[in-house]
Amino acid sequence: MLRFVARRLTGMIAVLFAISVIVFLIFNVIPNSNPAIRIAGKNANPELIARVSADLGLDQPLWVQYLTLMKKIFTGTLTSYASAQNVTDQIWRGLPATLSLTIGAAVLWMVLAVVFGYLSAIHSGRFTDRALTILSLVGISMPVFWLAAILLYFFTFKVQLFPTSSYVPLTTDPLRWASHLILPWLTLAVLYVGFYSRVLRSNMLDVMNEDYVRTARAKGLPERQVRIRHVLRNSMIPIVTLFGLDFGAVVGGGAILTETVFNINGVGLYAGRAIGSLDLPPLVGVTIFGAFFIVFFNTVVDILYAFLDPRIRLGEAAAA
Amino acid sequence: MILSVRDLAVRFATDGGVVRAVDGVSFDLDEGEILAIVGESGSGKSVTAQTLLGLTRAPNATITGSVEFDGQDLIELDDERFREIRGKRIAMIFQDPMTSLNPVYRVGHQIVEMIRAHGKVSKKDAQDKAVELLRSVGIPNPERRVQDYPHEFSGGMRQRVMIAMALALDPDVLIADEPTTALDVTVQAQILRLLDQLNRERGLAVVLITHDLGVVAEIADRVAVMYAGQIVEDATLEDIFYDPQHPYTWGLLGSLPRLDQPRPARLAQIAGSPPSLLNPPAGCRFAARCPHEFDKCSQPPPLDGDRCWLDPADKRRLRDVDGHIGLRKDVAS
Repeated sequence: MLRFVARRLTGMIAVLFAISVIVFLIFNVIPNSNPAIRIAGKNANPELIARVSADLGLDQPLWVQYLTLMKKIFTGTLTSYASAQNVTDQIWRGLPATLSLTIGAAVLWMVLAVVFGYLSAIHSGRFTDRALTILSLVGISMPVFWLAAILLYFFTFKVQLFPTSSYVPLTTDPLRWASHLILPWLTLAVLYVGFYSRVLRSNMLDVMNEDYVRTARAKGLPERQVRIRHVLRNSMIPIVTLFGLDFGAVVGGGAILTETVFNINGVGLYAGRAIGSLDLPPLVGVTIFGAFFIVFFNTVVDILYAFLDPRIRLGEAAAA
Repeated sequence: MILSVRDLAVRFATDGGVVRAVDGVSFDLDEGEILAIVGESGSGKSVTAQTLLGLTRAPNATITGSVEFDGQDLIELDDERFREIRGKRIAMIFQDPMTSLNPVYRVGHQIVEMIRAHGKVSKKDAQDKAVELLRSVGIPNPERRVQDYPHEFSGGMRQRVMIAMALALDPDVLIADEPTTALDVTVQAQILRLLDQLNRERGLAVVLITHDLGVVAEIADRVAVMYAGQIVEDATLEDIFYDPQHPYTWGLLGSLPRLDQPRPARLAQIAGSPPSLLNPPAGCRFAARCPHEFDKCSQPPPLDGDRCWLDPADKRRLRDVDGHIGLRKDVAS
């Protein structure tokens, strides 16, 4: 097991290295005039461009440029030339809001997806299933920015059930933290609830035909226990994989739209503003940050998988 | 008599029409008896077996007839009461031990789960019981193995785990649905020996579903031959092999490879294929493939004894003319 974890972690580092090289190539090397002009931002003047060139060693060989960039990222000294803000600081500052948004949304989407998928599967073909199918297709089809705007309009402007947007730190006031986040959580979760409940439903319908489910019934287990301990438990394995991928992606930048519409001062909003003002250093930082989360959660899922499905552990032992 | 099946019929509504998977099956199972139900694929033997435990209940299934067990009709039983019988009074093992255990739980847990579903037993006691059960079916190192996952067992060992689980609550009846089909021959023999031993030592009544007459000869007391959803012949083991009455049974026996006779160029087979169960013929269902078909065969065959219109004297004559039917008693021992 330890070997398995070690190997996954090594793989993770290799992938991150590859990503950092690609990011470097995209931002610094793609031939299109002088990269220093792009990096300097909209208000570039000759002095600033010269400073950028010197800072990033753009007259040096490529590998030195790469190392310089990485050094800046890892020592937290990458700064935006347009806003004169330290990129790492900004990401750190945005992280609590982003994590509040994404973790809350993730809990919501997993719980709802499991409930809906489960109900859909056990009532397969009947009214509940059809109704949930339509609901989830609607959920999948609604664009985030549209849904967010509609929710804001109805629940904060018309009904005034929830406060208007922006973020209140959890440590300041947990209640206000939650009430400010409910609509963003919903917005972010809807797409995934729709998608995951569909996947879970079809997994469960497959698993219901497995021999071991028949065995569980023949053992005289209560139907609920058969459905939850045997059908649902085994159907969750692929869902966990999906969750790892999606959660990583959402933390690493997938919440840009939601954060922007609800004005939540998180990493996504920071990235969104950087895109809006064509400010490259924050984008480099956020891209690396996002890639890190995606790869990290993938690795976590890989390791978790071995706990969920004992057959994988054996496969590893045999291969090792 | 512990189990009495009368006129059992199972129909499934499908897109193509109503499939009469089991159509008027009756048989009795005595205490301590091993009854084999034999037949080819699609003859309804597995559906019959699973219906005994209510496992074929489904929105698209219609089940009629009666299954008398312990003074109650299982067909009429509601799901919750039936659940109390499943596993506790009537247990079942299945064809493929590779897929019949849940891959994500330790085998011990799967046995414990069953024990605890039928009564208040502490986890510890149930776990101890699981170890004992594994030991009793011949699994070496049961204290350690109880913590293993199904994939860490071989096929034969997994079937032993299934049997251990089935025995957990000391049932009266064991339904074994092709328990040896997925196993190789030496392991088959071990599993059969185990079933035979459990039958003798515990007086466990067994309904053994199989398509393998070799398995039947090994341990059955009585044999019911199924064809196209019906039992065509129900007789003692002796009679099935030495005095078979139904031409279909002759065909089955005739298609066995024989060690006591010169090897034929190719194995004998019954020509044709079974009728569709969507719309089975009104008369004898075997008539279309039967070499001895005559005018009476278009009417529903008699229900007492074997389902064949031939009279007994004709049967004996035809069977002997066929020459390859029935094992000679002096050769087979």
